[in-house]
Amino acid sequence: MKVDDYKKIVDEYTPKENVLKNAIISFVAGGMLGVFSEFLLRVYCLWLDLPRKESGVLVILSLIVLASILTALGVFDVLVNKFKCGLIIPITGFAHSMTSSALEYKNEGLISGIGSNIFKLAGNVILYGVVSVYIFGVVRLLIFGG
Amino acid sequence: MTYTYNNVYIKDKYTIAGMYEKDGPLGKYFDKTYNSDLYMNKFSWEKAEIGLLREAIDKLLKRQKLKNSDIDLIISGDLSNQIAVSNYAIRGTNIPFLGVYNACATIAEAIIVAATFIDSKKIKNAIVATSSHNMSAEKQFRNPTEYGSFKKKSATFTATGSASMLLSCNKTNLKIESSTIGKICDLSLSDVNNMGAAMAPAAAETIYQHLTSLGRDSSYYDLIVTGDLGKYGKKILIKYLKTKYNLDISSNYDDAGTMLYDTNKQPVLAGGSGPVCSALVSFAYLLNNEKFKKILIVPTGALFSPTMLFQKETIPSIAHAISVEVVK
Repeated sequence: MKVDDYKKIVDEYTPKENVLKNAIISFVAGGMLGVFSEFLLRVYCLWLDLPRKESGVLVILSLIVLASILTALGVFDVLVNKFKCGLIIPITGFAHSMTSSALEYKNEGLISGIGSNIFKLAGNVILYGVVSVYIFGVVRLLIFGG
Repeated sequence: MTYTYNNVYIKDKYTIAGMYEKDGPLGKYFDKTYNSDLYMNKFSWEKAEIGLLREAIDKLLKRQKLKNSDIDLIISGDLSNQIAVSNYAIRGTNIPFLGVYNACATIAEAIIVAATFIDSKKIKNAIVATSSHNMSAEKQFRNPTEYGSFKKKSATFTATGSASMLLSCNKTNLKIESSTIGKICDLSLSDVNNMGAAMAPAAAETIYQHLTSLGRDSSYYDLIVTGDLGKYGKKILIKYLKTKYNLDISSNYDDAGTMLYDTNKQPVLAGGSGPVCSALVSFAYLLNNEKFKKILIVPTGALFSPTMLFQKETIPSIAHAISVEVVK
């Protein structure tokens, strides 16, 4: 059987993923997380009497701690299944990727296990984040003069 | 490559399953099940799997009241790198050991090798065994286990458990009648979340090869069962055989991956997979069921490695067929 003919059979019987539905769920879930963050931000501003910028740092830290704890409890991956990328794209996804890698390799020890593998998934974000920040920084310097 | 055997019999078999398999429709048929988490009181998932495999072998010997020195050969394989689980599980048994790997078709390869040794009268008995563990397989082939990533509906769920079988030249009521060694088949699919589709052509070619070389019709068998194609791969296999060879096996065909779990209720997506999947279903359920007098077991394996897929390679796959008959 030719490869193309076979691919037709495979496509016929493989269930289609509902991309639009998943995108809407992600959009709403990500948005809700944004609303929650804004709420935290206001609360920190009000209760701790912090300026908005410093309160923002505290919000990020809170989300990281929350995502890491939920990962360790085995809840976060279940939530991702429900809310799709809405939880993976924000900072919660970054924290989740590091915590899950650390948990995964804890049995191989601190150096060859956790140390070598903690950035297994998050390394992508760091590397390409730094590279794109550099490129956009240069673009901004050239066009807007800094 | 189809062989018939004259004096290879199944003396006994032992199956151990994890909690998801216990909750499935075949839960009551396993010799032993674990209810707790997948660590099974061990330090790591890999060690839990080693424990499972060793336990399946030890319990089989105990039930048969055999000493380790009574066994001529043990053949085992699993999904871990360097088939480490088998190596460590069999360490200390002091039984001659052959390690085999054919991904999820490993148990078929083990049975074929053992049957050939026994049939040619080089040895009198052999143990074949395999295992898989959901978490240790996920860790090796996919993302960290706790990492929540989107999974497609066509993805499969690696079964947790171990299975062992004692083959012997002394007559019992279960005979390994014949086997067909499959060829590697690759139709350029590369989606690890749809391995049923990658493996279906291998299974189809082996089934066709087996039936034609023995001059049999598919109705000769009470059941033809593939390893772990899942609910979509199953349909693809039926369609493939119909289109290419005009062969209809839909009336007496099923897939072990869809039998091991209730795919509508359990969170297993398209069904079960892993080397132990076909072994659990056939050893614990099919070979003890009086309904099935002639069974063709066709475990299927995807012979890829994550490294090769990252290098833009496709998924080669294989399937071997083993015919088991009830004799008087």
